[in-house]
Amino acid sequence: MALPLFRPQDDPGPSFIGLLDQVGMGPAEAFVWADKRRADGLPIESPERQLAPHATTLVAVRHRDGVVMAGDRRATSGNLISHRTIEKVFPADRHSGVAISGTAGIAMEMVRLFQMQLEHYEKVEGKALSLDGKANQLSQMLRGHLPLAMQGLGVVPIFAGYDHRQEAGRLFQYDVTGGRYEERDHAATGSGMLHASTVVKLRYREEMSVDDAVDVVVEALFQAADEDSATGGPDPIRGIYPVVATITDEGFQRLGDDLVAERTATLLASLGASTAAGGASS
Amino acid sequence: MSMPMYVSPEQLMKDKADFARKGIARGRAAIGCTFADGVLLCAENPSNTLRKVSEIYDRIGFVGVGRYNEFDSLRKGGVRHADLKGYAYSREDVDARSLANLYAETLGGYFTHEPKPLEIEMLVGEMGEEPDGDQLFHLLYDGTVMDMRTFAVIGGEAETIRARMEEAWSREADLTGSVAAAVAALAGPDRSLVADDLEVAVLARSNGRRAFRRVEGDELMGLLS
Repeated sequence: MALPLFRPQDDPGPSFIGLLDQVGMGPAEAFVWADKRRADGLPIESPERQLAPHATTLVAVRHRDGVVMAGDRRATSGNLISHRTIEKVFPADRHSGVAISGTAGIAMEMVRLFQMQLEHYEKVEGKALSLDGKANQLSQMLRGHLPLAMQGLGVVPIFAGYDHRQEAGRLFQYDVTGGRYEERDHAATGSGMLHASTVVKLRYREEMSVDDAVDVVVEALFQAADEDSATGGPDPIRGIYPVVATITDEGFQRLGDDLVAERTATLLASLGASTAAGGASS
Repeated sequence: MSMPMYVSPEQLMKDKADFARKGIARGRAAIGCTFADGVLLCAENPSNTLRKVSEIYDRIGFVGVGRYNEFDSLRKGGVRHADLKGYAYSREDVDARSLANLYAETLGGYFTHEPKPLEIEMLVGEMGEEPDGDQLFHLLYDGTVMDMRTFAVIGGEAETIRARMEEAWSREADLTGSVAAAVAALAGPDRSLVADDLEVAVLARSNGRRAFRRVEGDELMGLLS
Protein backbone atom coordinates (compact mmCIF):
# COMPACT_ATOMS: atom_id res chain seq x y z
CA MET A 1 0.00 0.00 0.00
CA ALA A 2 1.55 3.29 -1.05
CA LEU A 3 0.52 6.58 0.47
CA PRO A 4 -2.65 7.59 -1.40
CA LEU A 5 -1.65 10.94 -2.89
CA PHE A 6 -3.56 12.33 -5.85
CA ARG A 7 -3.04 14.91 -8.54
CA PRO A 8 -5.51 17.77 -8.13
CA GLN A 9 -7.71 16.55 -10.98
CA ASP A 10 -8.06 13.04 -9.44
CA ASP A 11 -8.46 14.14 -5.84
CA PRO A 12 -11.53 12.52 -4.28
CA GLY A 13 -11.86 15.38 -1.78
CA PRO A 14 -13.42 14.52 1.57
CA SER A 15 -15.54 11.63 0.22
CA PHE A 16 -14.56 8.18 1.45
CA ILE A 17 -16.70 6.52 -1.22
CA GLY A 18 -14.94 8.65 -3.83
CA LEU A 19 -11.62 7.49 -2.39
CA LEU A 20 -12.62 3.80 -2.55
CA ASP A 21 -13.64 4.41 -6.14
CA GLN A 22 -10.35 6.11 -6.95
CA VAL A 23 -8.19 3.31 -5.49
CA GLY A 24 -10.40 0.59 -7.00
CA MET A 25 -11.70 -1.03 -3.83
CA GLY A 26 -14.98 -2.74 -4.70
CA PRO A 27 -17.41 -3.04 -1.80
CA ALA A 28 -18.72 0.46 -2.24
CA GLU A 29 -19.99 -0.53 -5.65
CA ALA A 30 -23.30 -1.65 -4.20
CA PHE A 31 -24.03 1.88 -3.00
CA VAL A 32 -22.76 4.07 -5.80
CA TRP A 33 -22.55 3.66 -9.55
CA ALA A 34 -26.16 2.54 -9.65
CA ASP A 35 -26.55 3.74 -13.17
CA LYS A 36 -23.69 1.63 -14.44
CA ARG A 37 -25.75 -1.48 -13.81
CA ARG A 38 -29.23 -2.37 -14.89
CA ALA A 39 -32.15 -3.34 -12.74
CA ASP A 40 -33.84 -5.61 -15.25
CA GLY A 41 -32.74 -8.94 -13.76
CA LEU A 42 -35.15 -11.38 -12.20
CA PRO A 43 -35.74 -10.86 -8.51
CA ILE A 44 -32.89 -12.67 -6.84
CA GLU A 45 -34.87 -12.73 -3.67
CA SER A 46 -38.58 -13.03 -2.98
CA PRO A 47 -40.70 -13.65 0.13
CA GLU A 48 -40.73 -17.37 -0.70
CA ARG A 49 -37.05 -17.62 -1.34
CA GLN A 50 -34.88 -15.63 1.04
CA LEU A 51 -31.14 -15.68 0.62
CA ALA A 52 -30.10 -13.50 3.49
CA PRO A 53 -31.40 -12.63 6.96
CA HIS A 54 -33.70 -9.65 7.31
CA ALA A 55 -33.55 -7.20 10.15
CA THR A 56 -36.87 -5.85 11.31
CA THR A 57 -38.51 -3.28 13.57
CA LEU A 58 -36.99 0.08 14.47
CA VAL A 59 -38.47 3.17 16.08
CA ALA A 60 -37.19 6.66 16.84
CA VAL A 61 -38.92 9.26 18.99
CA ARG A 62 -38.06 12.89 19.56
CA HIS A 63 -37.92 14.24 23.09
CA ARG A 64 -37.05 17.59 24.58
CA ASP A 65 -33.29 16.94 24.69
CA GLY A 66 -32.88 15.05 21.44
CA VAL A 67 -33.94 11.68 20.05
CA VAL A 68 -34.29 8.10 21.29
CA MET A 69 -33.75 5.24 18.82
CA ALA A 70 -34.52 1.60 19.42
CA GLY A 71 -34.57 -1.70 17.58
CA ASP A 72 -35.47 -5.29 18.40
CA ARG A 73 -32.83 -8.01 18.20
CA ARG A 74 -34.30 -10.50 15.73
CA ALA A 75 -33.27 -11.32 12.16
CA THR A 76 -35.36 -13.71 10.11
CA SER A 77 -34.92 -15.80 6.97
CA GLY A 78 -38.42 -16.49 5.70
CA ASN A 79 -40.26 -18.08 8.61
CA LEU A 80 -37.10 -19.01 10.48
CA ILE A 81 -35.33 -16.95 13.11
CA SER A 82 -31.74 -16.61 11.94
CA HIS A 83 -30.30 -14.43 14.73
CA ARG A 84 -31.59 -13.54 18.16
CA THR A 85 -29.08 -10.90 19.17
CA ILE A 86 -28.46 -8.90 16.03
CA GLU A 87 -27.91 -5.16 16.44
CA LYS A 88 -29.69 -2.67 14.22
CA VAL A 89 -29.05 0.64 15.96
CA PHE A 90 -25.59 2.13 15.44
CA PRO A 91 -23.83 5.40 16.11
CA ALA A 92 -23.25 7.19 12.79
CA ASP A 93 -20.84 9.61 14.47
CA ARG A 94 -20.66 11.37 17.85
CA HIS A 95 -23.99 13.16 17.50
CA SER A 96 -26.08 10.99 15.23
CA GLY A 97 -27.29 7.43 14.90
CA VAL A 98 -28.64 5.17 12.19
CA ALA A 99 -31.03 2.24 12.52
CA ILE A 100 -31.52 -0.26 9.72
CA SER A 101 -34.18 -2.68 8.56
CA GLY A 102 -34.01 -4.89 5.49
CA THR A 103 -31.34 -7.30 4.22
CA ALA A 104 -29.03 -7.49 7.20
CA GLY A 105 -25.67 -8.04 5.52
CA ILE A 106 -26.09 -5.20 3.05
CA ALA A 107 -27.57 -2.91 5.70
CA MET A 108 -24.59 -3.45 7.99
CA GLU A 109 -22.12 -2.82 5.20
CA MET A 110 -24.05 0.33 4.36
CA VAL A 111 -23.81 1.47 7.96
CA ARG A 112 -20.06 0.79 8.06
CA LEU A 113 -19.54 2.77 4.89
CA PHE A 114 -21.79 5.57 6.12
CA GLN A 115 -19.84 5.81 9.39
CA MET A 116 -16.56 5.96 7.47
CA GLN A 117 -17.97 8.56 5.10
CA LEU A 118 -18.85 10.87 8.01
CA GLU A 119 -15.62 10.32 9.92
CA HIS A 120 -13.47 10.69 6.81
CA TYR A 121 -15.14 13.95 5.85
CA GLU A 122 -14.63 15.30 9.35
CA LYS A 123 -10.94 14.42 9.40
CA VAL A 124 -10.09 15.59 5.90
CA GLU A 125 -12.06 18.85 6.16
CA GLY A 126 -11.32 19.43 9.84
CA LYS A 127 -15.03 20.03 10.44
CA ALA A 128 -18.03 17.69 10.75
CA LEU A 129 -20.79 17.67 8.14
CA SER A 130 -24.05 19.42 9.00
CA LEU A 131 -26.91 17.15 10.04
CA ASP A 132 -28.66 17.78 6.72
CA GLY A 133 -25.42 16.93 4.92
CA LYS A 134 -25.22 13.61 6.75
CA ALA A 135 -28.87 12.81 6.00
CA ASN A 136 -28.27 13.62 2.34
CA GLN A 137 -25.23 11.31 2.19
CA LEU A 138 -27.37 8.40 3.37
CA SER A 139 -29.98 9.28 0.75
CA GLN A 140 -27.41 9.08 -2.00
CA MET A 141 -26.14 5.70 -0.79
CA LEU A 142 -29.70 4.34 -0.83
CA ARG A 143 -30.29 5.76 -4.28
CA GLY A 144 -27.17 3.99 -5.49
CA HIS A 145 -28.40 0.76 -3.97
CA LEU A 146 -31.75 0.88 -5.80
CA PRO A 147 -30.97 -1.84 -8.43
CA LEU A 148 -30.31 -4.41 -5.69
CA ALA A 149 -33.34 -3.18 -3.76
CA MET A 150 -35.42 -3.86 -6.87
CA GLN A 151 -34.17 -7.44 -6.80
CA GLY A 152 -35.39 -7.87 -3.25
CA LEU A 153 -32.31 -6.93 -1.23
CA GLY A 154 -33.69 -3.64 0.04
CA VAL A 155 -32.53 -1.60 3.01
CA VAL A 156 -34.64 1.04 4.77
CA PRO A 157 -32.93 3.04 7.50
CA ILE A 158 -33.90 5.75 9.98
CA PHE A 159 -31.38 8.47 10.62
CA ALA A 160 -31.50 10.70 13.70
CA GLY A 161 -29.18 13.18 15.26
CA TYR A 162 -28.72 16.21 17.42
CA ASP A 163 -28.54 19.40 15.36
CA HIS A 164 -26.28 21.91 17.07
CA ARG A 165 -27.53 24.75 14.88
CA GLN A 166 -31.17 24.22 15.74
CA GLU A 167 -30.36 22.93 19.23
CA ALA A 168 -32.81 20.09 18.83
CA GLY A 169 -33.02 16.43 17.90
CA ARG A 170 -34.11 15.69 14.33
CA LEU A 171 -35.10 12.49 12.59
CA PHE A 172 -35.32 11.31 9.01
CA GLN A 173 -37.19 8.46 7.44
CA TYR A 174 -36.18 6.95 4.07
CA ASP A 175 -37.50 4.73 1.35
CA VAL A 176 -35.59 2.29 -0.88
CA THR A 177 -35.22 4.86 -3.65
CA GLY A 178 -33.30 7.21 -1.37
CA GLY A 179 -36.33 9.40 -0.66
CA ARG A 180 -35.69 11.34 2.52
CA TYR A 181 -38.54 12.55 4.73
CA GLU A 182 -37.89 14.54 7.84
CA GLU A 183 -40.34 13.60 10.60
CA ARG A 184 -41.29 15.98 13.35
CA ASP A 185 -42.05 13.64 16.23
CA HIS A 186 -41.40 10.00 15.50
CA ALA A 187 -40.47 7.47 12.83
CA ALA A 188 -40.58 3.70 12.40
CA THR A 189 -39.42 1.18 9.82
CA GLY A 190 -39.36 -2.59 9.30
CA SER A 191 -41.97 -5.32 9.36
CA GLY A 192 -43.41 -4.34 12.75
CA MET A 193 -43.55 -0.66 11.96
CA LEU A 194 -47.34 -0.40 11.82
CA HIS A 195 -47.86 -1.76 15.31
CA ALA A 196 -44.90 0.11 16.71
CA SER A 197 -46.05 3.42 15.20
CA THR A 198 -49.53 3.02 16.60
CA VAL A 199 -48.15 2.70 20.12
CA VAL A 200 -45.80 5.64 19.64
CA LYS A 201 -48.61 7.76 18.19
CA LEU A 202 -50.86 7.11 21.19
CA ARG A 203 -48.16 7.58 23.81
CA TYR A 204 -46.30 10.50 22.25
CA ARG A 205 -46.37 13.85 24.06
CA GLU A 206 -44.71 17.10 23.00
CA GLU A 207 -41.58 17.92 25.02
CA MET A 208 -41.33 14.47 26.58
CA SER A 209 -38.41 13.72 28.87
CA VAL A 210 -35.75 11.21 27.77
CA ASP A 211 -37.02 8.68 30.30
CA ASP A 212 -40.57 8.90 29.00
CA ALA A 213 -39.36 8.52 25.43
CA VAL A 214 -37.41 5.39 26.41
CA ASP A 215 -40.59 3.94 27.95
CA VAL A 216 -42.50 4.69 24.76
CA VAL A 217 -40.00 2.91 22.47
CA VAL A 218 -39.75 -0.10 24.80
CA GLU A 219 -43.52 -0.45 24.77
CA ALA A 220 -43.73 0.10 21.00
CA LEU A 221 -41.25 -2.72 20.35
CA PHE A 222 -42.99 -4.98 22.84
CA GLN A 223 -46.34 -4.49 21.11
CA ALA A 224 -44.80 -4.91 17.66
CA ALA A 225 -43.24 -8.22 18.77
CA ASP A 226 -46.63 -9.27 20.12
CA GLU A 227 -48.24 -8.91 16.69
CA ASP A 228 -45.41 -9.46 14.18
CA SER A 229 -43.55 -12.77 14.05
CA ALA A 230 -40.46 -11.17 12.52
CA THR A 231 -39.98 -8.84 15.50
CA GLY A 232 -38.27 -10.23 18.57
CA GLY A 233 -39.67 -9.42 22.00
CA PRO A 234 -37.71 -9.10 25.23
CA ASP A 235 -36.24 -12.45 26.29
CA PRO A 236 -35.52 -12.47 30.05
CA ILE A 237 -34.41 -16.12 29.99
CA ARG A 238 -31.50 -15.40 27.64
CA GLY A 239 -31.16 -11.82 28.84
CA ILE A 240 -31.88 -10.33 25.40
CA TYR A 241 -33.45 -6.88 25.29
CA PRO A 242 -33.94 -4.28 22.55
CA VAL A 243 -31.08 -1.92 21.77
CA VAL A 244 -32.05 1.55 22.97
CA ALA A 245 -29.85 4.60 22.36
CA THR A 246 -30.27 8.26 23.24
CA ILE A 247 -28.85 11.10 21.19
CA THR A 248 -28.54 14.45 22.92
CA ASP A 249 -26.23 17.44 23.03
CA GLU A 250 -23.76 15.14 24.79
CA GLY A 251 -23.76 12.66 21.93
CA PHE A 252 -24.90 9.14 21.06
CA GLN A 253 -25.20 6.83 24.00
CA ARG A 254 -26.42 3.26 24.06
CA LEU A 255 -28.34 2.37 27.20
CA GLY A 256 -27.14 -0.61 29.22
CA ASP A 257 -29.06 -3.89 28.95
CA ASP A 258 -29.77 -3.79 32.69
CA LEU A 259 -31.53 -0.46 32.32
CA VAL A 260 -33.63 -1.66 29.39
CA ALA A 261 -34.40 -4.86 31.36
CA GLU A 262 -35.63 -2.71 34.24
CA ARG A 263 -37.88 -0.63 31.94
CA THR A 264 -39.21 -3.80 30.36
CA ALA A 265 -40.01 -5.26 33.78
CA THR A 266 -41.90 -2.08 34.73
CA LEU A 267 -43.82 -2.22 31.46
CA LEU A 268 -44.71 -5.90 31.93
CA ALA A 269 -45.84 -5.23 35.49
CA SER A 270 -48.13 -2.41 34.38
CA LEU A 271 -49.54 -4.49 31.49
CA GLY A 272 -50.10 -7.38 33.91
CA ALA A 273 -51.87 -5.08 36.36
CA SER A 274 -54.15 -3.64 33.69
CA THR A 275 -54.99 -7.13 32.39
CA ALA A 276 -55.81 -8.27 35.93
CA ALA A 277 -57.90 -5.15 36.55
CA GLY A 278 -59.72 -5.65 33.22
CA GLY A 279 -60.40 -9.28 34.15
CA ALA A 280 -61.83 -8.34 37.53
CA SER A 281 -64.22 -5.71 36.25
CA SER A 282 -65.73 -7.84 33.51
CA MET B 1 27.73 21.20 -27.89
CA SER B 2 27.63 22.37 -24.33
CA MET B 3 28.24 19.91 -21.53
CA PRO B 4 25.91 20.01 -18.48
CA MET B 5 27.84 21.31 -15.53
CA TYR B 6 29.08 18.54 -13.24
CA VAL B 7 27.82 18.70 -9.67
CA SER B 8 28.98 16.00 -7.28
CA PRO B 9 26.24 14.01 -5.55
CA GLU B 10 27.56 15.17 -2.17
CA GLN B 11 27.19 18.78 -3.19
CA LEU B 12 23.76 18.19 -4.68
CA MET B 13 22.44 16.52 -1.51
CA LYS B 14 24.00 19.17 0.66
CA ASP B 15 22.41 21.96 -1.35
CA LYS B 16 19.01 20.28 -1.22
CA ALA B 17 19.30 19.71 2.52
CA ASP B 18 20.36 23.32 3.13
CA PHE B 19 17.44 24.50 1.07
CA ALA B 20 14.93 22.35 2.97
CA ARG B 21 16.39 23.25 6.37
CA LYS B 22 16.20 26.96 5.57
CA GLY B 23 12.54 26.65 4.62
CA ILE B 24 11.72 24.74 7.78
CA ALA B 25 13.69 27.08 10.06
CA ARG B 26 11.60 30.04 8.93
CA GLY B 27 8.42 28.54 10.45
CA ARG B 28 7.37 28.35 14.07
CA ALA B 29 8.07 25.23 16.07
CA ALA B 30 5.91 22.43 17.44
CA ILE B 31 6.37 19.86 20.18
CA GLY B 32 5.01 16.37 20.67
CA CYS B 33 5.48 14.63 24.00
CA THR B 34 4.16 11.69 25.96
CA PHE B 35 2.47 12.33 29.30
CA ALA B 36 0.60 10.34 31.94
CA ASP B 37 -2.64 9.97 29.94
CA GLY B 38 -1.25 9.64 26.41
CA VAL B 39 0.35 11.99 23.87
CA LEU B 40 0.31 15.79 23.75
CA LEU B 41 0.72 17.67 20.48
CA CYS B 42 1.38 21.38 20.79
CA ALA B 43 2.23 23.85 18.04
CA GLU B 44 2.80 27.56 17.94
CA ASN B 45 0.20 28.60 15.38
CA PRO B 46 -1.49 31.98 15.38
CA SER B 47 -3.92 30.88 12.67
CA ASN B 48 -7.22 29.53 13.86
CA THR B 49 -8.18 27.84 10.62
CA LEU B 50 -4.99 26.59 8.95
CA ARG B 51 -4.20 23.66 11.19
CA LYS B 52 -0.82 22.16 11.97
CA VAL B 53 -2.16 19.55 14.41
CA SER B 54 -4.70 16.99 13.18
CA GLU B 55 -6.39 13.70 13.82
CA ILE B 56 -5.32 10.81 11.59
CA TYR B 57 -7.05 7.84 13.18
CA ASP B 58 -8.42 6.51 16.47
CA ARG B 59 -5.10 6.66 18.30
CA ILE B 60 -2.91 8.53 15.84
CA GLY B 61 -2.28 12.27 15.62
CA PHE B 62 -0.19 14.44 13.30
CA VAL B 63 1.80 17.68 13.49
CA GLY B 64 3.48 19.32 10.54
CA VAL B 65 5.66 22.41 10.21
CA GLY B 66 7.12 24.14 7.20
CA ARG B 67 5.24 24.70 3.96
CA TYR B 68 1.52 24.38 4.70
CA ASN B 69 0.40 22.97 1.33
CA GLU B 70 3.10 20.29 1.43
CA PHE B 71 2.46 18.93 4.91
CA ASP B 72 -1.30 19.26 4.51
CA SER B 73 -1.29 17.07 1.43
CA LEU B 74 0.73 14.46 3.33
CA ARG B 75 -1.70 14.79 6.25
CA LYS B 76 -4.61 14.03 3.92
CA GLY B 77 -2.66 11.13 2.44
CA GLY B 78 -2.21 9.80 5.98
CA VAL B 79 -5.92 10.07 6.79
CA ARG B 80 -6.75 8.31 3.53
CA HIS B 81 -4.21 5.55 4.10
CA ALA B 82 -5.44 4.95 7.65
CA ASP B 83 -9.14 4.99 6.75
CA LEU B 84 -8.64 2.65 3.79
CA LYS B 85 -6.61 0.24 5.86
CA GLY B 86 -9.12 0.24 8.73
CA TYR B 87 -11.96 -0.30 6.27
CA ALA B 88 -10.25 -3.12 4.40
CA TYR B 89 -8.94 -4.92 7.48
CA SER B 90 -9.89 -3.85 10.99
CA ARG B 91 -9.55 -0.67 13.04
CA GLU B 92 -6.94 -2.25 15.29
CA ASP B 93 -4.69 -3.01 12.32
CA VAL B 94 -4.03 0.67 11.71
CA ASP B 95 -0.77 1.72 13.36
CA ALA B 96 1.56 4.68 13.35
CA ARG B 97 4.64 2.66 12.47
CA SER B 98 3.47 1.72 9.00
CA LEU B 99 2.20 5.25 8.41
CA ALA B 100 5.56 6.70 9.48
CA ASN B 101 7.29 4.33 7.06
CA LEU B 102 5.08 5.49 4.21
CA TYR B 103 5.77 9.10 5.09
CA ALA B 104 9.50 8.40 5.20
CA GLU B 105 9.32 6.73 1.81
CA THR B 106 7.43 9.67 0.32
CA LEU B 107 9.74 12.31 1.82
CA GLY B 108 12.80 10.33 0.76
CA GLY B 109 11.41 9.99 -2.76
CA TYR B 110 10.92 13.72 -3.08
CA PHE B 111 14.34 14.46 -1.64
CA THR B 112 16.17 12.14 -4.04
CA HIS B 113 14.18 12.39 -7.24
CA GLU B 114 12.47 15.77 -7.37
CA PRO B 115 14.22 19.03 -8.16
CA LYS B 116 12.80 20.60 -5.01
CA PRO B 117 12.71 18.65 -1.73
CA LEU B 118 9.71 19.06 0.58
CA GLU B 119 10.34 21.84 3.09
CA ILE B 120 8.56 20.14 5.95
CA GLU B 121 9.10 18.26 9.16
CA MET B 122 6.42 16.12 10.76
CA LEU B 123 5.53 14.22 13.89
CA VAL B 124 3.23 11.22 14.01
CA GLY B 125 2.09 10.46 17.56
CA GLU B 126 0.47 7.24 18.67
CA MET B 127 -1.25 6.54 21.95
CA GLY B 128 -0.86 2.97 23.18
CA GLU B 129 -3.41 1.01 25.17
CA GLU B 130 -0.91 1.14 28.04
CA PRO B 131 1.46 4.05 28.72
CA ASP B 132 4.32 1.82 27.52
CA GLY B 133 2.85 1.89 24.04
CA ASP B 134 2.91 5.69 23.63
CA GLN B 135 5.31 6.80 20.94
CA LEU B 136 6.27 9.53 18.53
CA PHE B 137 7.80 9.30 15.07
CA HIS B 138 9.87 12.28 13.99
CA LEU B 139 10.17 12.64 10.21
CA LEU B 140 12.72 14.85 8.48
CA TYR B 141 12.58 16.43 5.02
CA ASP B 142 14.94 13.77 3.59
CA GLY B 143 12.96 10.77 4.82
CA THR B 144 14.91 10.17 8.00
CA VAL B 145 12.63 8.69 10.62
CA MET B 146 13.31 8.53 14.35
CA ASP B 147 11.11 7.02 17.03
CA MET B 148 10.88 8.56 20.47
CA ARG B 149 9.17 7.67 23.69
CA THR B 150 9.79 11.01 25.34
CA PHE B 151 9.35 14.14 23.25
CA ALA B 152 10.30 15.61 19.89
CA VAL B 153 10.64 19.17 18.62
CA ILE B 154 10.21 20.22 15.01
CA GLY B 155 10.48 23.53 13.16
CA GLY B 156 12.47 26.71 13.70
CA GLU B 157 14.97 26.90 16.57
CA ALA B 158 14.35 23.27 17.36
CA GLU B 159 17.71 22.84 19.10
CA THR B 160 17.18 25.57 21.71
CA ILE B 161 13.61 24.47 22.32
CA ARG B 162 14.76 20.86 22.70
CA ALA B 163 17.23 21.90 25.37
CA ARG B 164 14.52 23.78 27.28
CA MET B 165 12.09 20.86 26.93
CA GLU B 166 14.74 18.47 28.26
CA GLU B 167 14.62 20.38 31.54
CA ALA B 168 10.84 20.68 31.78
CA TRP B 169 9.44 17.40 30.48
CA SER B 170 8.28 14.62 32.75
CA ARG B 171 6.65 11.32 31.77
CA GLU B 172 4.38 11.39 34.81
CA ALA B 173 3.08 14.94 34.28
CA ASP B 174 -0.67 15.41 33.91
CA LEU B 175 -2.24 17.47 31.10
CA THR B 176 -1.75 20.80 32.90
CA GLY B 177 1.88 20.01 33.67
CA SER B 178 2.80 18.86 30.20
CA VAL B 179 1.03 21.76 28.46
CA ALA B 180 2.89 24.15 30.77
CA ALA B 181 6.20 22.47 29.96
CA ALA B 182 5.62 22.47 26.21
CA VAL B 183 4.39 26.06 26.09
CA ALA B 184 7.27 27.32 28.22
CA ALA B 185 9.76 25.50 26.00
CA LEU B 186 8.20 26.94 22.83
CA ALA B 187 8.07 30.48 24.24
CA GLY B 188 11.51 30.65 25.82
CA PRO B 189 12.51 33.03 28.60
CA ASP B 190 11.76 36.30 26.75
CA ARG B 191 8.27 35.67 25.41
CA SER B 192 4.98 34.43 26.72
CA LEU B 193 2.45 32.63 24.55
CA VAL B 194 -1.30 32.95 25.04
CA ALA B 195 -4.09 30.58 23.97
CA ASP B 196 -4.55 32.40 20.64
CA ASP B 197 -0.93 31.71 19.65
CA LEU B 198 -1.24 27.99 20.20
CA GLU B 199 -2.78 24.89 18.75
CA VAL B 200 -3.00 22.06 21.25
CA ALA B 201 -4.47 18.57 21.04
CA VAL B 202 -4.19 15.35 23.00
CA LEU B 203 -4.49 11.66 22.28
CA ALA B 204 -5.76 10.56 25.67
CA ARG B 205 -6.69 7.14 26.98
CA SER B 206 -9.72 8.68 28.69
CA ASN B 207 -11.29 9.80 25.38
CA GLY B 208 -12.76 6.52 24.13
CA ARG B 209 -12.33 5.12 20.62
CA ARG B 210 -11.38 8.36 18.87
CA ALA B 211 -8.72 9.46 21.32
CA PHE B 212 -7.88 12.73 19.55
CA ARG B 213 -9.30 15.83 21.17
CA ARG B 214 -8.49 19.48 20.62
CA VAL B 215 -7.76 21.52 23.72
CA GLU B 216 -8.93 25.00 22.86
CA GLY B 217 -10.81 28.10 23.97
CA ASP B 218 -11.61 28.40 27.66
CA GLU B 219 -10.11 25.02 28.49
CA LEU B 220 -6.73 26.02 27.06
CA MET B 221 -6.83 29.40 28.74
CA GLY B 222 -7.57 27.64 32.02
CA LEU B 223 -4.59 25.32 31.55
CA LEU B 224 -2.26 28.23 30.79
CA SER B 225 -3.30 30.45 33.68
